[in-house]
This record gives sequence, structure tokens and C-alpha cells, in this order.
Amino acid sequence: MALQEQSLPLGGIAPERIGKYRTDHLLVAGMVEPGSKVLDVGCGEGDLLQLLESRGIDGRGIELSREGVNRCVAKGLAVVQGDADTDLVNYPDDAFDYVILSQTLQATRQPKVVLENLLRIGQRAIVSFPNFGFWKMRLQLLVGGHMPRTENLPATWYDTANIHFCTIKDFVELCDAINVKMERAVALDLYGRPVPLNLPWWVWNMFGEQGVFLLSRAEKTK
Amino acid sequence: MTNVQSIPSPSIHSEDRAHEADHPTSLVAKFGTDQPLKLDCGVDLAPFQIAYQTYGELNADRSNAILICHALTLDQHVANVHPMTGKAGWWANMVGQGLPLDIDRYFIICANVIGGCMGSTGPASTNPATGKPWGLDFPVVTIPDMVRAQAMLLDRLGIDTLFCVVGGSMGGMQVLQWTVAYPERVFSALPTACATRHSAQNIAFHELGRQAVMADPNWHQGRYTENSTLPHRGLAVARMAAHITYLSDAALHRKFGRRMQDRALPTFSFDADFQVESYLRYQGSSFVERFDANSYLYLTRAMDYFDIAADHNGVLAQAFRGIKTRFCVVSFTSDWLFPTSESRALVHALNASSARVSFAEIETDRGHDAFLLDVPEFFDISRGFLESAGKARGLGSSGLGSSGLGSTGG
Repeated sequence: MALQEQSLPLGGIAPERIGKYRTDHLLVAGMVEPGSKVLDVGCGEGDLLQLLESRGIDGRGIELSREGVNRCVAKGLAVVQGDADTDLVNYPDDAFDYVILSQTLQATRQPKVVLENLLRIGQRAIVSFPNFGFWKMRLQLLVGGHMPRTENLPATWYDTANIHFCTIKDFVELCDAINVKMERAVALDLYGRPVPLNLPWWVWNMFGEQGVFLLSRAEKTK
Repeated sequence: MTNVQSIPSPSIHSEDRAHEADHPTSLVAKFGTDQPLKLDCGVDLAPFQIAYQTYGELNADRSNAILICHALTLDQHVANVHPMTGKAGWWANMVGQGLPLDIDRYFIICANVIGGCMGSTGPASTNPATGKPWGLDFPVVTIPDMVRAQAMLLDRLGIDTLFCVVGGSMGGMQVLQWTVAYPERVFSALPTACATRHSAQNIAFHELGRQAVMADPNWHQGRYTENSTLPHRGLAVARMAAHITYLSDAALHRKFGRRMQDRALPTFSFDADFQVESYLRYQGSSFVERFDANSYLYLTRAMDYFDIAADHNGVLAQAFRGIKTRFCVVSFTSDWLFPTSESRALVHALNASSARVSFAEIETDRGHDAFLLDVPEFFDISRGFLESAGKARGLGSSGLGSSGLGSTGG
């Protein structure tokens, strides 16, 4: 799929409903073909799953926090309590069309293994994460001299669940290293708007507050 | 001599219980010699009967039926006054108008299990060949046998597909057996506080209970009714031991601690000085009022034999291959009889089969019995799961509207 295909607002969702959903969720939902089967790893309170189900997508979820799981289940969502680091191994190959890891990669113990598992279980993976190369992050470290904290990542370094921060550039390098193909890539700025595509990577890495990637397995090179 | 208190004799006469076993205060489906129940042990049981209760109304499409499978010592009296104890139904907080198992929306069935003592054929029933209670001549039954009998009842009621099968503990085992044996007949399943097999520890506790019953001289090799006795001490001890496994250490401590029963100081005897002793004795003695000792032997045995993976080349996931049933698995943090790890193993097998499964572990210190108690989070989860499944099944909000049979997975 060509990078140029992406656009907001997303097909299938009336613009007036966008306010109800998180921008990154809308972006992710727009990457999923209708009628497909999706696993949302780290599904939180099930907001993205509800958005997907409203579009006729068969959604399942894994969530670490017991409270999150129980709220999802009470909403009628097919969510199980589990850990991205330890429980993905229990899923068979190609069980899903898409596996989504939304704002969770940085909280896993083994991001590389998790990413490999995503693309084993799913034909495609959609991964979004906060970009530590974002200029505000850089500025806090450079000028403030302390670990960055933002509105979306308010925890202090000593009580954060996010143990593996990366930049968009780092992530792209990981994808290359493990032979993962990037089908689509979007950087969202501080206001959830996509950073224009015609700009070079370093701009994304500087002005993207988060990155959203649609990934697939690259052809095996012989 | 040091003061000793033992379990009092039960006040209910064995004749009353024998009468309830043959002529229950319930609906009864009788199956003649032309319709034997084919048991796993190789015996064709015929004739036999199933005692059951229903609540709510079956809709025109016959798509709103929920089967409740009861636990070891419970019965079909889910939401009505119990005919022998006079107490409220055992799941009156779950089944009723506006409750998660809403009798305004669903047609709810609960049948006494085969081998039970509340009207379905079991060791306390009269053996037609002898005119006396079956006793130990009754064939050993299994969880699959119980489910096979329930399937025959549903055939009799003209219900092809169940909207949901619900149950906890031994009831949860039956739920799982339903999904394995008749996946196409189960639209959704809600197994709670259970496992796909009985563990060595579970079997050990059951063996303790059985040996306590059989060690009672009143047991008479199971022929206590003809001897006009009851092995009430043995059965009470079995119940006391089992009851401890249904609670958690924390719950026992919260409820009783080391508090004394109606006294300030120890009596230096074997009297029930501690509240927890008094409570256990009460649990034991009230149990023998309503339950048949031989039935206890048979039903504990049925649970011991349960092992879904063993029936599928040792691979649990194979049992659920291609299953379309929607699952909601629920466990409780302080349940050490059927710990969360057992539910998690089930969920992993269901995931491996790509089944649609929800799995919630509920935090409570109330132990295994939590599924029977007032745990709001469990009610919310059950309600949410059933509503979502109801939408997929095409059940209207009243439950009596049109159904989308075509949309069922089965």
C-alpha cells in the first residue's frame, strides 16, 4: 500500500462522530479493513474495540489490568486478562488479520519479541507509540535537565510503567532489523494532526508526538 | 471424662428424602426403557428421570433458553423456595426479574444432575428391579453423563440451541462439557470458578470426604435407608472438610478469627470453643438434613474423573477446535480450589482455537464460594456478557422478540 493513500478523516466514520473517539484510535481503525478479525493487545477500557465493533470488525482484546478487563467484559467485549510479554505465545500463527498494539510497546519488557509475536499471530500489525524524539521531550531533557513528562505521559521516571521508550527513528530501525515491512506510517503532532508526508523523516521524528505504523511481514530474502 | 460434642442426628427422616428422590417437588421428565441414558461406564440406564425447574418463558423462536448447571451439593431449586430446607433458591441473587439472568428475557432451566438426590435418578432413587434404593448398585456416572442426560431433557423440551449455558464449580465443568460435546447447541457459555480437569489436590479432598462417609458404621455399605439409619456423622465430616475448601483463609479469619463461641475462656475440652468450630459443625449438620450420603460419593467421583484434555489426546485446545461458542470465563482471586491458573489454562486453549472468549478474574477474599455470593462485579460481567451475546443472537430487549437463528455460530 502506498504511503500516499492515508488521509483523515477516516472512511466510514462521519466527521461529527470524531469528537467521541481518540484521534489515534480513529487513525488505527481506518487502517483496518472492514470484516476482518482483530486482536487489540493492551486494550485498556475497550474504547478502540468498541470503535472497531461499531464498524463490523470482529475484535478481541488482551489487557493487563484486572479493572480494565472487567470493565471491558461488562461492556460485552471479548477481552481476556493477560500480558503482552508472556501471553502472546499462546496464540496460534495467523489467528488474526490484524494485531494492534496501541500505546503499549513502550511498557513491554521485550519490545522486539512482542513485535515479532504480533506479526506471527496477525497477518498485519498496527503499532502506535509515543515518540521520545518529539521536540518537547528533547527540550525537557536538554534545557530542563530532567526526564520528560507530557500531558499524555504524566508519570515520573520512578513510577512509570513505560520502560522502553523509543523515537520514531529507533522504531524504523527495529523494523528494518527484524525484516518487518512498513506499509503505512503516520506521525501525529501534538494536536493529533498528521504531520505532512512530504516532509523528511527527521521532521517526523522531531514534530511527531506519536507514531502509528501499519506493518506486515517482509518477503523472506533468500 | 473430657466433654465431647458430636454432630446431632438430623431431624428430617430418611423416608422424606427417599420420597423427594422418587417423587420430587419439581417438573419431571421420565425416560422409558426405549430411551436409555448411555453412561460412560458402559451401562445403559433405563428407565430414568430428570427433575428440573424452569423460570420465564420460552420465546416463539425457542432461542432464549439458558441452562444453569448446578454445583456438587446444589440442585434445580435455583430461584424458588427449597422444598426440603424452606430456604430461598441458591442463586436467587442472580436469577430473577431484572437480575443478570433475567426471567423476563430468558427461559431458564435447571435440572438436578444424574446421580443427584433431588429427583433425578441417582443412588437414592428406587431401583425398579428391586424396589429398594439403588445404593451402590447405581452405576458410576461422569460429568459427560450428566450433560448427556441434560441434552435428552432439552430434546424433550424441543430446544435445539441454548442461548447460554451457565454454571460454577461442578456446574462450570458441565458448561465446558456442553461446549465440547455439543458445540453447535451452545451459543454462549459462562463457566465460573471451575477447571477443565480435577487436580490431584481436588481428588484428594474428595477422597477424604468419601472415606469419612464410608467410615461411619451407619453407612452399611450404602444400605442405610433399609437399616433405618443415616451416616450423618461421616457425611457431616465430609461436608466440614469440603466447606473449608470453599472458603479462603482470609474469609475465615475475617468471619471468625480466634473468637470464642458464647464463652470468654477456653473450656479445656473438645466442645466447640471457637466460633469457627461451631460454624463448621452447623454446616455439617445442616447438610445432612438435605443431602444423600451415597449421592455425595457418586457426584464427587464424577468430578474426579473429569479431564477434558485426556479425552482429546492430552491436548486441551483440540477439544475446542473450530468452536463458534462465545465464552466468558470467570475466576476469583482467593479461590484455591479452582484457582485462576486453571481458568487461564482454559483461556489459553480457547485462544489457541481462536474462540471468542472473555476472561475476568474478580478480586475477592471470599474463596471458591464467591460465585454464589453477592459480588457485584460478577453480576455486572455476567449481565454485560449476556447482553452482548443476546445482541449477536438477535434477542430483543424483552428476549421474546424475533431471533436471528441464521446468525448463530452453531
